[in-house]
Amino acid sequence: MTAPTTVAGPAKRPATKAKKNLMSDGQGALAGLLISPTMLVIALVVGFPILFSLRESVFRTNSGVDPTTGIVQSGEQFVGLANFTDIFTNPQTVIGVFGSMDRLINAFLNTTFFTVVCVTAETVIGVAMAVIMSKAFKGRGLVRAAILVPWAIPTVVSAKMWALIFDANGVANKLLGQNILWLADNAYSQWAVIVADVWKTAPFIGLLTLAGLQTIPDEVYEAARVDGASAWQQFTRITLPLVQPALVVAVLFRTLDTMRMFDLPFALAGQGKYSVETLSMFAYFENNALRYGQAAAYSIVLFLYIVLVAFLFVKLLGADVVGDPETKAFAEQRKRQKLARKRAKAEGRELPAPMRSTITSGDSSS
Amino acid sequence: MAVIILYCLLPFYWMLVSSLRLPSMGRSTDFIPNPPSIENYVAVWDPANNFAPAIINSIIVSTSVTLLTLLFGILAAYALARLRFRFKGVVLSIIIACSMFPGITLLIPLFKLFTATYPWFPFNWMNTYQALIIPSLSFGLPLCVWNLTAFFRQLPVELEQAAMVDGCTPGQAFVKVILPLAAPGVFTTAIITFIAVWNEFMIALTFGTRADMYTAVVALSKFTGQYGFDTPWGTIMAAGVILTIPLILLVLFFQRRIVAGLTAGGVK
Repeated sequence: MTAPTTVAGPAKRPATKAKKNLMSDGQGALAGLLISPTMLVIALVVGFPILFSLRESVFRTNSGVDPTTGIVQSGEQFVGLANFTDIFTNPQTVIGVFGSMDRLINAFLNTTFFTVVCVTAETVIGVAMAVIMSKAFKGRGLVRAAILVPWAIPTVVSAKMWALIFDANGVANKLLGQNILWLADNAYSQWAVIVADVWKTAPFIGLLTLAGLQTIPDEVYEAARVDGASAWQQFTRITLPLVQPALVVAVLFRTLDTMRMFDLPFALAGQGKYSVETLSMFAYFENNALRYGQAAAYSIVLFLYIVLVAFLFVKLLGADVVGDPETKAFAEQRKRQKLARKRAKAEGRELPAPMRSTITSGDSSS
Repeated sequence: MAVIILYCLLPFYWMLVSSLRLPSMGRSTDFIPNPPSIENYVAVWDPANNFAPAIINSIIVSTSVTLLTLLFGILAAYALARLRFRFKGVVLSIIIACSMFPGITLLIPLFKLFTATYPWFPFNWMNTYQALIIPSLSFGLPLCVWNLTAFFRQLPVELEQAAMVDGCTPGQAFVKVILPLAAPGVFTTAIITFIAVWNEFMIALTFGTRADMYTAVVALSKFTGQYGFDTPWGTIMAAGVILTIPLILLVLFFQRRIVAGLTAGGVK
């Protein structure tokens, strides 16, 4: 894709006072009108619940009898960060795969373990699938159709399907010649969840990677072959760097999606299995037990964890999540202007005039 | 190639095979049903399973969410793809961030709200369609806006410029030129959103607690069946096949478009 945006160099200072908003050319009002319904809905169904989650997380519903007065308590009480610090002061110990520890820490470790293993496996399998598909010419349509099947199956259906496969008398044990209790509360249940998740989503990564692969011109590979590059070198030196931007975004989405995993372990292994309990599930169970404060606190832990990982992805791996050419061009322009101002200041020159942009919308080369 | 196809289809084949056994042979590990039987497909519709009403619930919820998100999403996506305005980066970031939020963070206050726990909201919305539809907008709308924005961006901007040179306002150019051209994109987005809502589990499980308000996937997860205490694997697999076949047909039929939509949107 050619860059659809151009930025004009610094022009003479306009005679009239420069408009504060360089982007606006009368479209702002229309845009505001068109966007506001969506933003309003998002504020109501996302913004409002997040604020209330924060509020709930520092309260706790009273229950039971007050030990000093003997009166049955009701209502709720401000408890500060107690919902968060309970893991140290009042741990709710459970036994998971990673040993005996607080239920929140156990859920946190499970979530992290699932995320790291699943995303790694999905990426490797997905990229391998994409490479195979891009090489083959026969039956590409068939494969593409097959690849969409795991994507389209509802997660709960796939969870039940894998539950039957991993049944103690099921086909997985028959094929392996083992008698593993996959769905009891043990490390095998973690692997059952991982297999089911990887099966469902690796093809999806393959699909996204394939789209990236198809934009690489054949000439690049031809040139590499002429220069004597081996197939592996072609893969590591050409394919990977060129699909990296698309791949990083796909991996980021998969990572965040796996971190909030709920329905797969819930429907596959069932409730009260601490070895597969994720943060989402733990918060859900607490909410069901009407312990809103604790549930909200644990969901906030998950939320902050996700924000942190997303931030690291964007900062360290440079995931271009937004992917809007215009926004990118403006960000670059701002950076250039800042640099120019800095340089001018250092050299004691007059500050440069603000630039008038000619950035256009849309993917056209006009 | 064959490996990929087998990888994708073998587990599904197992579900299909298991659904075609006799109900009493749910755990059988024969690779072909012996003898084949469609009794499971009859058992699925047993009133005790609540499967038929659940499918109707799923259709109502998925269709409503899809239509609502399209209504809002088309407008927003057009502005994001075409118009120039301040804070566009911010708006895009908010929308993409919304599609990554953990659903559970949103569910807890909404659960408290819909159970009429807050004094300023004295309505008990548990087991109502609005309680299933409204929270689903939180992931449906970002998904829809994101996909549509990608589609609108692909249309050449010259089309509208030409229309505007001919005297159209931007609004008219949108309705008369862009919307008809974007119809395939809108349709694909509708399918992707529909499938996402159809497959959603956590919201449906939380807000539809009465058997008559289960959505299809929730009903399936609660199957106990009519053949005693043993898990009715055959019936569950039959229900899974029934739930999946329409989606697979939809996906196969619009394969090319959906692949384009998924790769353009990049989200789930």
